[in-house]
Amino acid sequence: MSDAHAAPMSLGTRLARAPGVFYILVLLVIVFGVTEPSFLGAANLGNIGLQSAILLMLALPMTLIIMTEGLDLSMGAVLSLCGIVLALGLLKGYELPVALAAALAVGLAFGVANGALVAWLDLPPFVVTLGTMGVAQGLALVVSDAQSVVGFGDAVSRLYGTHVFGVPFPVLVAVAAYALMHFLLYHTRFGAYVFALGGNRESLVLAGARANVYLVAVYALGGAMVGLAALLLTGRMNAGHPTAAIGMEFDAIAAVIVGGTSFERGNGWLFGTLLGVLAVGVLKNGLNLLAVQSALQVAAIGLLVIVALLVDGLREKR
Amino acid sequence: MAALHLTTGVRAAAYRLLVVAILGVTLAFASDAFLTTNNLLNVLRQASLYFLLASGLTLVILTAGLDLSVGANVGLSACLAASVMQATGSASLGALTGLGAGALVGVLNGALVTAVRIPPFIATYGTLWMLHGATYWYMGGQTIHGFPSGFRQLGSGYWAGIPVPVYVMFAFLVIGAFFAQRTTYGQEIYAIGANPTAARLSGIPLERRLLLVYTLSGAMAGLAALVFLARLNSAEGDIGESLTLPAIAACLIGGTSLFGGVGTLAGTFIGALILTLVLNGMNLLQINGNWQPLVTGVIVVLAVLVDQLTRRRAELRA
Repeated sequence: MSDAHAAPMSLGTRLARAPGVFYILVLLVIVFGVTEPSFLGAANLGNIGLQSAILLMLALPMTLIIMTEGLDLSMGAVLSLCGIVLALGLLKGYELPVALAAALAVGLAFGVANGALVAWLDLPPFVVTLGTMGVAQGLALVVSDAQSVVGFGDAVSRLYGTHVFGVPFPVLVAVAAYALMHFLLYHTRFGAYVFALGGNRESLVLAGARANVYLVAVYALGGAMVGLAALLLTGRMNAGHPTAAIGMEFDAIAAVIVGGTSFERGNGWLFGTLLGVLAVGVLKNGLNLLAVQSALQVAAIGLLVIVALLVDGLREKR
Repeated sequence: MAALHLTTGVRAAAYRLLVVAILGVTLAFASDAFLTTNNLLNVLRQASLYFLLASGLTLVILTAGLDLSVGANVGLSACLAASVMQATGSASLGALTGLGAGALVGVLNGALVTAVRIPPFIATYGTLWMLHGATYWYMGGQTIHGFPSGFRQLGSGYWAGIPVPVYVMFAFLVIGAFFAQRTTYGQEIYAIGANPTAARLSGIPLERRLLLVYTLSGAMAGLAALVFLARLNSAEGDIGESLTLPAIAACLIGGTSLFGGVGTLAGTFIGALILTLVLNGMNLLQINGNWQPLVTGVIVVLAVLVDQLTRRRAELRA
């Protein structure tokens, strides 16, 4: 609070205080910009935006979940399942809004289930969501018979390719999601409780707040966002695939941690998550341009997380 | 106090053996193929793979940690062992490579947990995807098959009519139980899980013991990789991928508490047996394999639930 009244910081102080993710992002852009001339082209930058849109949809609620000292390992599997539901709905001849509503409902159901198991039954989130990950993955395999779902027309892919005032539809959805999440986290009672859920749950309960309801809401919000992200995923692939997004929660968790949200103190920073998503997106895109196999890109993201943690750890010690 | 522990322990073991009996009787009625020597030996052989993987994991969970990388570790260790065996034709060099790679991954996990101070489930979840990426990159879509017949005995051989892996399982059950119950190391591992602060204050070198359990978990994954490889007689990038959830399920069904300090290797053995009976039964009843992750996921959630309810009841009684 006192920051607001402090004297304006000089540029040097601001830079010195900037979190590690800022430097990491700048460094990545410089490295790829120098080694691969096409990296800084408008087409490629637009591509990074498109690729980051889906990841941001997962990373935003993941930030809130991690702030409550929780975790959601089921997001990738649930996203795959929601994509299958959306694709199957369209294939059966339902209109896009109906199919999307079904996908959202499935995502929301998983979110509520995760939240209920974590909040009311007080189960450890990482193992619970590992279990629901298996459930979602199994359901996706069962309803799709382990096959890709294709041939459902181009309603979703046309929507995906739409531009509104020159802004691609997926980026627009991601920006809207960011704005919504920012509003919820920083301007509502819900947001204040999210901070308290991680940092000081006992006092929240003592103050008479229904902490568990808010904790379920955090996971439910994550489920709903995953359902919405299925629209973008299906639009991009114009197909549903039962394992399409397996492991995407790893990228989301990486983005959140790189962005400076901590597991232990209820510290969260939404803008940091945005920077973290961009850092992961830039890293993947740059490695793609350098023709590094996608298998090794995962290792690079893991390394990015470790570097970010070490950098922030060192700066904290100093 | 000791008597109380014994009776609750005995009761818990009796409950689990009852589950084994019920599953056995049900399956015997449901399928004629169940009560054949071949199938029962098959169950034991399948259980031995889960047990080997879950035994190291049990030690990790006893310290209130988690190792989500065991399945991916099996993948990398198996592929490295396979390629060394193919290149040198030596089974012992291959075995050494598999065990060494597994243990090294364990050291990496231990270092991330103790030195970089990343929460265990995040650190090992990160190594999961990194190992996964490294294995796919290393294999480049290739399959390695055909190993020395002496090596293949480890997975598919028989001694006195009983599969070799079953002997390996019982050997490690005895060694593991002795290590956990009768050595200072084992007691310190229980102490760390029960109360890390008290353990540290009483002079237990926390970091070194944690490093030890993660290394053991990695080495056991390396051993499981060898048994698996010798059984399949071929290695692909995705080998071991589907083993993590069953291994965790075996620990939890066996009564190892995620909260640390509670659990035994005998319990994990029964857990592996129960899980194998369920999966074997699904096979015999010709239920589509796509249902397996779903069922394993539900079992994991139920097992965590039982763990939490048991703990609550114990707290109420105390």
